Amino acid sequence: MSEIENKDENGSMDGAEECTADGPKDDKGLGLGVIFFMVAFLICFLSGWLLFPKLLYSKKEQPFNFDHALHTAETGDCETCHYLREDGTFAGLPNLESCMECHTDEPMGETEDEAIFAQKYVAKEKEVPWLVYSKQPDCVYFSHAAHITKAGMDCKTCHGPIGESTSSRPYEENRLTGYSRDIWGKNIWGIKTNSWDRMKMDDCAECHKEETGHQGYCFQCHK
Amino acid sequence: MKVDRRSFLGLGLGAAAGVAVSPALVKLTDDSSIWTQNWPWTPVPEDGEITYDKSVCSLCPGCCGISVRKINGRPVKIEGDSDFPVNNGGACLHGIAGLQYLYDPARVKTPMRKKAGKFEAISWDEAIDLAAQKLGDIRQNGAPESLGLVTGTREGSVSKLFNRFMDAFGSPNAYAMPSLEANLALTAQTLHGEGNTIGFDLENSDFVLSFGAGIIEGWGSPVACFKANASRKERHAELYQIDPRLSNTAANADRWIPINPGTEADLALGLCSVLLQKNLFVPGQLTGGLNRFTAVLASEYTPQKVEAITGVKAADIEKLAMAFAKAKMPVAVPGRGRGDQGQSLREFAAVQTLNALAGRLNKEGGAFVMPKADYLTFSEASMDEVAETGAGKEKLANSIDELIEKLSASAKPLVNALLVYNANPCYTLKTPERVKEAFKKVDFVVSFSSFMDETALASDLILPASTFLERLEDVPSGAGLAKQVVGLARTMVAPVFNTKNPGDALILLAQAMGGTIAESFEWETYDEALEAAAEGIWDGLNEEGYAVISQGTPMESPATDFAFMASNPAPIRPGCEGEFILMPIDNMRISGSAVASSPFAVKTVSDKVLSGTDVLVEINPETARAKGLKDGGSAMLKTQVKSVKVKVNYNEGIMPGVIGMVRGLGHAFDNPYVAGKGVNVNDLIGPVIEPGSGLDAAFGIKASISKA
Repeated sequence: MSEIENKDENGSMDGAEECTADGPKDDKGLGLGVIFFMVAFLICFLSGWLLFPKLLYSKKEQPFNFDHALHTAETGDCETCHYLREDGTFAGLPNLESCMECHTDEPMGETEDEAIFAQKYVAKEKEVPWLVYSKQPDCVYFSHAAHITKAGMDCKTCHGPIGESTSSRPYEENRLTGYSRDIWGKNIWGIKTNSWDRMKMDDCAECHKEETGHQGYCFQCHK
Repeated sequence: MKVDRRSFLGLGLGAAAGVAVSPALVKLTDDSSIWTQNWPWTPVPEDGEITYDKSVCSLCPGCCGISVRKINGRPVKIEGDSDFPVNNGGACLHGIAGLQYLYDPARVKTPMRKKAGKFEAISWDEAIDLAAQKLGDIRQNGAPESLGLVTGTREGSVSKLFNRFMDAFGSPNAYAMPSLEANLALTAQTLHGEGNTIGFDLENSDFVLSFGAGIIEGWGSPVACFKANASRKERHAELYQIDPRLSNTAANADRWIPINPGTEADLALGLCSVLLQKNLFVPGQLTGGLNRFTAVLASEYTPQKVEAITGVKAADIEKLAMAFAKAKMPVAVPGRGRGDQGQSLREFAAVQTLNALAGRLNKEGGAFVMPKADYLTFSEASMDEVAETGAGKEKLANSIDELIEKLSASAKPLVNALLVYNANPCYTLKTPERVKEAFKKVDFVVSFSSFMDETALASDLILPASTFLERLEDVPSGAGLAKQVVGLARTMVAPVFNTKNPGDALILLAQAMGGTIAESFEWETYDEALEAAAEGIWDGLNEEGYAVISQGTPMESPATDFAFMASNPAPIRPGCEGEFILMPIDNMRISGSAVASSPFAVKTVSDKVLSGTDVLVEINPETARAKGLKDGGSAMLKTQVKSVKVKVNYNEGIMPGVIGMVRGLGHAFDNPYVAGKGVNVNDLIGPVIEPGSGLDAAFGIKASISKA
């Protein structure tokens, strides 16, 4: 046996000894691994659940507060402002001209918000840049007429009791997609309790399946 | 405590597991897919106020009312107008894709002149000056008759203005491209006298005997035909299709009668013969040579003789004649395919004679002989001495095809300048190479085209035309409809490029020429000219978007002159040598006329017709196998004019010995979505001019095919 080989053998023997000698330490190491695992797991899990939504969404305020309850009390329904045109298309958010059917450039009430509306928009003939909670991607074709007129659905089913709100909640914009948080739903898991909690494709499909027995074809909504 | 490798492993695994079971991954996957959809270079339609404006489509002679959906004034969609009396809400695929023509890559964006073989952009002023100077020279030389004109049709105010320009200029050489409406007018003129046309009451007829007319393949006013055909079942109306090929119309018909290609006229005469022989004809106003005609039928068109020509059994011919005579409201319809190209007066007249003998003229569900819709009144054009002399000269030819023949044959230039409007003769006429050669002999060709098509490429000056969505124009229905309607195409959007209504360009040109020509075009704009000319119906036309000139059954039964048919005009047989007959096929999805199909329409063509850039020809499997051709395999198709490489499509529904090739492919201009696909069937066929009528009656050509 040469010197080198001897050395080598000794070396490896050393290692073996060490290994045997560190036997109990190794057990401890495994325990530490488990602790590290659990800590990392918890941190990542909790941040994914609690911190991630905070990072994902930015909060924006509407140009001024809008009191739906006040307006529905005056007009009695949603359709006065959010109406279907004669040809069946949905007019969406009322434009300044529609608001002006009731409002003048002098506030009708005494709220600060109405004053902002009158000064900033009516007086300057500028459209209010409302942030739309329910805006869907452009590739989605949605007919309000088919749902409201034909299927007789209530606005609430998809939009929730927004007509009863007295103030505009902040608009949470997904930093990645640019869409409102309302589309995915408040719950980051995507779990919903009410039909209006989410507005994703699966939610449309689910309701269609229930009501029509078929979840629909791609081209019905993607045109 | 010692932090070792395993601890790190634990940390990593823990983090991974933590993320995996947190909602972050699922959510991020979903969001990133949406993020990719919102990349800034993805085109997003603008949101805004939605409006609908009414207009009329003039892509084909159909005259369909359309409703243009706009967002913030920008047209985004074309739909059929449900109030329009021709199409009642229907629309065809070419019409709904009309917007694509606005932004077509081949659009001529500004006036262009050809210098040393290349086009260069010039201003409108320069272009008009150039044209006025060139045309002025011709008049100066005292040969105004050497100005030629080719228009798509003779109807409508823009075509009439072009013809007026020719009058004022002093040239009789104005020609229109072959069209169903021209064929029907010629037939009516031959059989029933000048100034008439023929319409077919398909929506009320209970027995339509179609001599190859592609009722659902673009014949006549396509959408009106689809609608009439669609209501057939509930009306208990029958359709018999006489066709060498199981076309869509034949497949949809109650009976398909296969016939040797090009012998439709002979079958019609055979049916006439049976009616006369069995005394089943209706003695109406049948004048001029009925006896001679009867004698011709008795000797030349007995069922046995017709069987030998057409391949339809004599017994079947008799049965068919009986069925036609016994039906309550039968009508015979001429014009195979779209009825515009490869047609003979003999065939049109033979079919119309059948209608006349069966007493089906001006009866509900029959063929209406009616005066041409004459709603435009222009004053006489002013003519100076030069114009009077030129106009007095004899016309060079009877038809555009004859003109091209003469231009090709003549050594000296017969035509010094040529105006082309709404026509693409260098593509749609037979053997376009020959047409291009003839064009080269013309010193100065002016094209009023919206697109840099084959003819525009062969011209010296292009005065770019606004498309039908960018201009006002009257659109008369002229394609075999039983009612006569004029629609008003309105400006749906301001011209996208530096183009003008050809009417306006012509007025500018006339004014630049000065003298009596300018006097004849005294209007400031084309819109003014139209309003003045259509004065009688203008209010209604402008308000409703259309005016109905005549509707319902005409009152009086017209007289029929049999002199032409009694002369037993010679049949047109496919020319040249070859075992087979190559026959163009009309397909609803492909336009064969001046305006090429839109990219959208081309996308809808079956890969049994166009596979990649290869055209497929239809061959009966029996014929194909005898030649060793495999389904989908390549083949060389050869005619005396040209040979091309094609692919083979086995079709049980085409008669043995016949090869079918779709019309409307093989465009060669700068539109990658439409051009460079397949072969132009006209490249393979030589013209056969029918004596007398001047029509190019070549419905096909002898051909041979072999494995490539």
